[in-house]
Amino acid sequence: MRYLPHSEAERAEMLGVIGAANIDALFSAVPAKALKTFDLGLPAHSPEFLVEAHLKALSAKNHAGADGPFFVGAGAYRHHVPATVDHLIQRSEWLTAYTPYQPEISQGTLQMLFEFQTQVAKLTGMDVANASLYDGSTGTAEAVLMARRLTKRNKIVLSGGLHPHYRDVVKAYLKDDADLECLSASPDGQGDILDHIDEHTAAIVIQTPDFYGHLRNMKAAADAAHAKGALLIVVITEVVSLGLLEAPGALGADIVVAEGQSIGNALNFGGPYLGLMATRKEFIRQMPGRLCGETVDAEGQRGFVLTLSTREQHIRREKATSNICTNSGLCALAFSIHMGLLGEAGFTRLARLNHAHACKLADALAAVPGVEVLNDTFFNEMTIRTSQPAAELIERLAARGILGGVPVSRLEPSDPSVANLIVLAATELTTDADISALCAALSEELA
Amino acid sequence: MTTKFTPDHEYIRVEGSTGIVGITPFAQEALGDIVFVELPAVGKVLKKGDEAAVVESVKAASEIYAPVSGTVTEINDELTGNPGLINADPEAGGWIYKIAIADAAELDGLLDSDAYAELTL
Amino acid sequence: MSMNNQGRPTGVGTSGFSSTSGSSLLPNEPLLFEIGDTEHSGVDLPDVTITMDRLGGFERKTPLDLAGLTEPEAMRHYVRLSRLNHSIDSGMYPLGSCTMKHNPRLNEKMARLPGFSDIHPLQPVSTVQGALELMNELSHWLMTLTNTAAVALTPKAGAHGELLGMMAIKAAQTAAGQGHRTIVLVPESAHGTNPATAAFLGYSVKPIPARTDGTVDVQAVKDALSPEVAAIMLTNPNTCGLFEPQVIEIAEAVHAAGAFFYCDGANFNAIMGVVRPGDLGIDAMHINLHKTFSTPHGGGGPGAGPVVLSAALAPFAPVPFVRKGDNGLELVEHETGESLGRITAFQGQMGMYVRALTYMLSHGGDGLAQAAQDAVLNANYIKARLSHVFSVPFNDYPTMHEALFDDTFLAGTGVTTLDFAKALIDEGFHPMTMYFPLVVHGAMLIEPTESESKQTLDRFCDVMEELALDAKSGNSQRFTSAPMNAPRRRLDETRAARSPILKWERPVEAMKPAE
Repeated sequence: MRYLPHSEAERAEMLGVIGAANIDALFSAVPAKALKTFDLGLPAHSPEFLVEAHLKALSAKNHAGADGPFFVGAGAYRHHVPATVDHLIQRSEWLTAYTPYQPEISQGTLQMLFEFQTQVAKLTGMDVANASLYDGSTGTAEAVLMARRLTKRNKIVLSGGLHPHYRDVVKAYLKDDADLECLSASPDGQGDILDHIDEHTAAIVIQTPDFYGHLRNMKAAADAAHAKGALLIVVITEVVSLGLLEAPGALGADIVVAEGQSIGNALNFGGPYLGLMATRKEFIRQMPGRLCGETVDAEGQRGFVLTLSTREQHIRREKATSNICTNSGLCALAFSIHMGLLGEAGFTRLARLNHAHACKLADALAAVPGVEVLNDTFFNEMTIRTSQPAAELIERLAARGILGGVPVSRLEPSDPSVANLIVLAATELTTDADISALCAALSEELA
Repeated sequence: MTTKFTPDHEYIRVEGSTGIVGITPFAQEALGDIVFVELPAVGKVLKKGDEAAVVESVKAASEIYAPVSGTVTEINDELTGNPGLINADPEAGGWIYKIAIADAAELDGLLDSDAYAELTL
Repeated sequence: MSMNNQGRPTGVGTSGFSSTSGSSLLPNEPLLFEIGDTEHSGVDLPDVTITMDRLGGFERKTPLDLAGLTEPEAMRHYVRLSRLNHSIDSGMYPLGSCTMKHNPRLNEKMARLPGFSDIHPLQPVSTVQGALELMNELSHWLMTLTNTAAVALTPKAGAHGELLGMMAIKAAQTAAGQGHRTIVLVPESAHGTNPATAAFLGYSVKPIPARTDGTVDVQAVKDALSPEVAAIMLTNPNTCGLFEPQVIEIAEAVHAAGAFFYCDGANFNAIMGVVRPGDLGIDAMHINLHKTFSTPHGGGGPGAGPVVLSAALAPFAPVPFVRKGDNGLELVEHETGESLGRITAFQGQMGMYVRALTYMLSHGGDGLAQAAQDAVLNANYIKARLSHVFSVPFNDYPTMHEALFDDTFLAGTGVTTLDFAKALIDEGFHPMTMYFPLVVHGAMLIEPTESESKQTLDRFCDVMEELALDAKSGNSQRFTSAPMNAPRRRLDETRAARSPILKWERPVEAMKPAE
């Protein structure tokens, strides 16, 4: 077996040193009725080429993004990842290192996390960012709990423009919680969340661009929340939008949570992704997740360490801010390298290119009979109302080799008002030919 | 003026009806460098044994319990910027909060300096 | 004088040379923001002009101030930084409870197949049948290896799996009118995530004291059980590296009291293919794919923590999950019946599912069992070789996949467990886990995994032995000043925590206009 170094002779020799008659003697604490009393019926070990053939066959059954026109977004976006990123993250020293608990021999990971935190703070316009969370959805649930700790209030209001999966995750985390108010879906981009803020409100949660692609007014939300002593949590699922849109920190956000997948990370059918979280300096001690900080070593040289770890489970145990142990280190590395390659110049160009392609898409869709574009504002994503039920329409497009977006009914099955809505995204990878193919197919299907 | 101690290594120095609460030199030594102190709010009403404050070192966080019942009247704001005061001078500059003692009889249940010294031998 | 792996002498005074920029093998790498600027970029993109009329007046006015690097500069920055990291590929990483085993590169290659990496979680289910098949196949392996009724794949890490498992228990008890159960029993030796998870869900935690032999006493559990107890969270093999000999009796007692048995599966590597946790009476157990099934740790994640569930908890599993339908496989994405709902957007860590299944298929059922046995063999070998110099807190049972020592052997030497661990860095090894489990004073928890050859184990044991003898001989300075041969000397964690610097700030003088 190629992953196991011992020969049978070595095993025997080692058992001799231990003084055990056989390997089973080392399992003597296991109750006899539970030790090797079964036949697993699993396949035996297999050479590399056979394993590879099996997985390639499974992979080939899927329609990959590159196989045809692609307009699927709704919380995960298909962007180009430079070859340099994927090469670097596969270097042994990044890929096969553990959490940097021994800072003297983990300065690579630690300095990278410090750079990552700086990038996220600058993107969001906030004072501090952590070293990443699992993803945007769980990050949103963590932000809600953090707001409760900070305000010592309980009521949470979720905007109707919040990604339905994110809403569902918050609901699961706050099970049986009467203080959670979820506003109904608002595909038109109009929300009346400001009327739901009162003196019991810990936080309001608003996504921008929202699930339907509309840009929401953060400043007005922040002012309304702060007037009642509540916090504003801003959620961003498409982080590329920050290259073109104002930083939430500059508009009064108290906690910003974002899905960072768009930068450096492939679609991967939903994971692994990375959650970004940033907040105000005075809220650091209630922020979950790891933090990396600068210090010096015994010779006065600059170095980095994990810090403020008394917030975390391995020290506070049942009093920790969260039970989180792992972050999303390698995805954060991919994000940081990609962002480092882009820089301000490249990131801004990328954002403009996304918006330009989305404008083309919106204009082309508006010209298709039976299609209505619902958005006045958007970054790279929009919602259309079609003259036929969306779910079947998307399937028919898929049969033509076109992945034409996400039918809203897939995420909101119990809301009949969204049955004819589709959310579509364009990115820098979207071509004019893709848009033409989509519009031609839609015209035929809706005729 | 008397000073009393708890088995959890808090001291309370009694000045009239006010108690000044901190942690003992033994406790600061055991905790190591203090990096953060979470202070109670002035006006907070505490029952004996309630969690009143938290002191954190790099590797540990320790709750500071109220040695007696009462109301917090003053907190040591100096600790916010300079938590190391607890290490440098736990019994004077490193005090944590002052409490208006609700029931002086509770003091009798605490350790005197000899009994505390014996505990930490 | 001792010699390190490169044959250079180690110890005080040998590291006299210092340079400001370091060598290319031991670089002092500036920060990205100190070498890049806002003009440079390593990505060529067309510079399109856009109108702002669809941005609603929300366009950015605050400068981004993000530093960029061209491709060669970026390559060098991240390669130079990488050299400052220890990694499994460069040396033994014997961190107890972390299972730092070899990460096969076939896993990486398979995860990057476009049919897995370039598919969207919300594209039509008819276009991702191969992905659903893979999830089904992985589920089959996990359920077979654990003899359980169901598996929830979506948790993003071990702690997330714990959260899900305990949520399932809470949902089941609420459904059965047992919502008044508010206490969770957690042995003192447990990983910190266990009490944190229980508290997160509003349970109060009741610690179960450890027995002097390092295992949990079934009588102590029985004494703690009451109609208010919801569950026990027990790690098995436990954090002291021991298999809980009374685990079946504990499970029976817990069930008899109407409570559930959550098993922390962090240490499944010791028993995979050899013992099925379902046979022990567990109701839920998370499996760290990044420990047991070789997906890379990546400097701290991403992990993956699927949870296997007993028949009693299966109905409460979260969405989404895969099931067979009339037209192939279906993805059930919405609450059906008693499901506790959704704990993450989308389908979980697909990239990790691919890697873990690749590893399982490579090893086969026979290979996984052999790996577990080799992991246990290696840990017992280390314990056997070192127990004449080191102090062993628990010796009533063979250890499983970890060897645990305490700091009794360092008494009077002036050397702490931390110092000892740092000295190991100078010898080319990553330190073991220290000061955990908390129930052992000055604990050193060593997990070699099955990946280490006998030769490497012997070298590790030789170094450990030599260090222990040196510490006992009074050479404390070698330890208190360690590490000497690392990219950094010991770092000032107090300073980092007292006045946290958590991001780079442009130096003030650089912002002043030129005079």
